Amino acid sequence: MGEQLLNELVLPVVYILCIAVPLILAVAMFVYWERKVIGWMHVRMGPNKVGPWGLLQAFADVVKLLIKEVILPSSANRFLYYLAPLLALVPAFAAWAVVPFDDRMVLANVNAGLLYLLAMTSLGVYGIILAGWASNSRYALLGAMRSAAQVISYELAMGLSLVCVLVLAGSLNLTDIVHAQAGGKGLFDWFWLPLLPVFIVYFISGVAETNRAPFDVAEGESEIVAGFHVEYSGSAFAIFFLAEYANMILVSFLASIFFLGGWLSPLQGWIHADAPNWVNWIWTGSIIWLLIKAFLMSFLFLWFRATFPRYRYDQIMRLGWKVFIPITIVWVLVAGCMKYFGLVLAGTGA
Amino acid sequence: MLAQYWPILLFIGVAAGLGVVLLIIGMLAGPRRPAAIKLAPYECGFEAFEDARMRFDVRYYLLAILFIIFDLEIAFLFPWAVVFQHIGLVALIEMALFLLLLVVGFAYVWKKGALEWE
Repeated sequence: MGEQLLNELVLPVVYILCIAVPLILAVAMFVYWERKVIGWMHVRMGPNKVGPWGLLQAFADVVKLLIKEVILPSSANRFLYYLAPLLALVPAFAAWAVVPFDDRMVLANVNAGLLYLLAMTSLGVYGIILAGWASNSRYALLGAMRSAAQVISYELAMGLSLVCVLVLAGSLNLTDIVHAQAGGKGLFDWFWLPLLPVFIVYFISGVAETNRAPFDVAEGESEIVAGFHVEYSGSAFAIFFLAEYANMILVSFLASIFFLGGWLSPLQGWIHADAPNWVNWIWTGSIIWLLIKAFLMSFLFLWFRATFPRYRYDQIMRLGWKVFIPITIVWVLVAGCMKYFGLVLAGTGA
Repeated sequence: MLAQYWPILLFIGVAAGLGVVLLIIGMLAGPRRPAAIKLAPYECGFEAFEDARMRFDVRYYLLAILFIIFDLEIAFLFPWAVVFQHIGLVALIEMALFLLLLVVGFAYVWKKGALEWE
């Protein structure tokens, strides 16, 4: 009995904490890094007062948010108002259950991992729409409508681009999808090359899904203040914040796994040397490569935000429906032909 | 088989627990000094005229319907993509036909102006 409890409850929870705690820390560091990077791009210093180089800024912000008053607007629906942040946070975190970090480092190696991920990322929209409706404020409602419409529009393009990945990989299991990208040509075996347009569509859709600049009309501080979470304060706001940044990091990881070979090394097959383990990972692949790739992808989010002006709402909708969906529909067939005529020998890799 | 999904369920529970704990900490650690003005819905300085849950643009509704249709179509593509390599040419042609039907519907929606936001 005791051993069963250990194996079925205690160990999984420990593993979950091994994912969730670094994720929370990564969010904190990512917020700091975002402010620092955008500061540098604006030729400013960025945060530099709290701790060395301002490193503790994010933690100071967390403490500040936690000791602020949580305001419940008088006309809000109490239950839904508090439920909405939870509905935003849970999918953003639970999606990590199927993300493979390494060959064997995955919490739940389920065979429908990709479907589960799609389900989880789709659920995030409930948090948005409920937050806007429950607040009973015009700005919140308008922001929620805009956000929800935008998120579901880009979800179509995202789903179609994942179908392309699926055609080449032939499996819904994320570990198998990474294995399908292994081969003797290193980074030229990864799916970004045969699926280049889809890779770009996927990442831009990811930016739009997380309501980030230049697709952040929902926030649009100059017109509708902060969008769906305008009425939230203190820790309730912190939860939305946590969910948004966890989603950004998730999209970066998923783009790395689907298109950039996950933990595989870009030098795989180029070097055949027998070196000690601490050098070997450079060409055999390890979690370090996944972290490097995800870091570079998440840097793009910040770069976009510092570079591009905000899109107009009709432009966002036009891009999603009239550009991305046609591109991905065509590429589903192209990917099918590539697979059928053997132009991409995915699934045969080592 | 199904046991593999147990950690996922646990993860959902842990995430929900984290959210609840954060909310409770916020409510316990933060002050609570309600005031009529503070609790009023945000309206840029004046009082709200009426309930915020007003009528909204019908295009959002149209978009939601289109989303359901197209998302269903994508859901049909998933099983095809998984078994595609085992079926071969038949699957390729079949899916080309399916996508053709999808594109006809898409072109109709486009032509009717359902995707316009001016």
